[in-house]
Amino acid sequence: MPAARDRSGPEHARPVTGDPASARTVLDAADLSRALTRISHEIVERNHGAGDLVVLGIPTRGVPLARRIAGQIGGIEDRPVPVGALDTTMYRDDLRLRGVRALELTEIPPTGIDGKTVVLVDDVLFSGRTIRAALEALNDLGRPKAVRLAVLVDRGHRELPIRADYVGKNLPTSLTEAVHVQLAEYDGTDAVLVGPADLGRAASAGAADGTAR
Amino acid sequence: MNRHLLSSGDLSRDDAILVLDTAAEMDTTLAGRSIKKLPTLRGRTVVNLFFEDSTRTRTSFEVAAKRLSADVINFAAKGSSVSKGESLKDTALTLEAMGADAVVVRHGASGAPHRLAHWIRGSVINAGDGTHEHPTQALLDAYTMRKRLGHVDGLSVAVVGDVLHSRVARSNVLLLATLGADVTVVAPPTLLPVGMSSWPCQVSYDLDAVLPKADAVMMLRVQNERMNGGFFPTIREYSRRYGLDARRMAALPERSIVMHPGPMNRGVEIAAEVADSVRSTIVEQVANGVSVRMAVLYLLLGGPTDSDASLGEGEAR
Repeated sequence: MPAARDRSGPEHARPVTGDPASARTVLDAADLSRALTRISHEIVERNHGAGDLVVLGIPTRGVPLARRIAGQIGGIEDRPVPVGALDTTMYRDDLRLRGVRALELTEIPPTGIDGKTVVLVDDVLFSGRTIRAALEALNDLGRPKAVRLAVLVDRGHRELPIRADYVGKNLPTSLTEAVHVQLAEYDGTDAVLVGPADLGRAASAGAADGTAR
Repeated sequence: MNRHLLSSGDLSRDDAILVLDTAAEMDTTLAGRSIKKLPTLRGRTVVNLFFEDSTRTRTSFEVAAKRLSADVINFAAKGSSVSKGESLKDTALTLEAMGADAVVVRHGASGAPHRLAHWIRGSVINAGDGTHEHPTQALLDAYTMRKRLGHVDGLSVAVVGDVLHSRVARSNVLLLATLGADVTVVAPPTLLPVGMSSWPCQVSYDLDAVLPKADAVMMLRVQNERMNGGFFPTIREYSRRYGLDARRMAALPERSIVMHPGPMNRGVEIAAEVADSVRSTIVEQVANGVSVRMAVLYLLLGGPTDSDASLGEGEAR
């Protein structure tokens, strides 16, 4: 397992690498908070309330985003919203190209997903391959009534016919750029940055999640 | 981590923790699901090559591989060309030609998996070689301790019984030392191998002195089938001095667990009432074995292997 060598554990707090000076801030903490508030309201509006909702975050940074969105919906509708995490690693199509990666947390609320409206939450929507893996993982877990997708940033460059239902910010990017989402839970601050792709990391096995390419 | 899993001693602390963490996530991922299957190893072939009898290890590897969607071929030496006199090497080359991505091997000769690893391109997983090693058993034991007691680092573990003939003992001592546990091997002098001083553990001949501070006690089976001489006067005397009965279990600290790799000789190294007590993790160990072997198979076979070499770098996104 050659690629596992530098991945000795679940990476809960991978720091943002690259030259911070050359990265520009696209969303600051207040923008990010407003985007999540809007997404939460949109979900409630289109779902006609919080009934039968289950919010699942895709690790790593989708999970705290899912918790925040579920918390806000709970506040709007005055009822708790089931929230969990869905790791897609075992369903990825690039393991054989890039090597194995450590598994992340999967946590399905005890209510299950059968007959529910599942809202998947991720930080960056890029190729769409993570979402494809998540849909396949959901398929093995049960049969939701509907599956929706909420992302903080949609940076384009889709490789599969997948689109988001709720988008915090559409961000046209070049393939030579990298989008870094920073969240207080992991990085101490809330922000979305765009900078040149960190070549060292793009070549590594860990580059497939939303923060890089 | 290496391409093969031949010895617990080959695992660094980071490797071992990666396997245990992965096994834990396998557990939570599959818990409560009706479809206990993951697509990760679709198209990979795992060969179970067993030259010695085994029920739990072979079945455990088979279940683990099938839950990851790998194709499993069971190859028992009985009823194969081995009984016609085919050598280990020729058997290995045959399996290689059939495209095995991993060979899980159990063999009566210590070191057979190491030889095999030189002959074939796929991964070799040692499922027990003679009296040498059984690394996945050690991993599942460590996983069981971590699950029951919260951690392995700093635990005081007693490994008791027929250490001389035990591959489980060697693998466990090496792995537990790597993970920071404090291991004491307890056995009559006749059932200890030569060169114990090089093992990363303490040695005691007195079980009663060790029990009061042991967080986990691992009982080993007296392997009569490997014994060709008098290692102790009678089974009864062995059992009195080194068997774990209810009285001895009462001397253990309150949270301690009792482990056994199986198969058990009830009434010899472990009393029936101990084996069936709430402290016993024996059935749990079997369940954990599947999760740990899934983790090992995933980490060894999930990434690029030789059979993917034709894909090349150019296709990497």
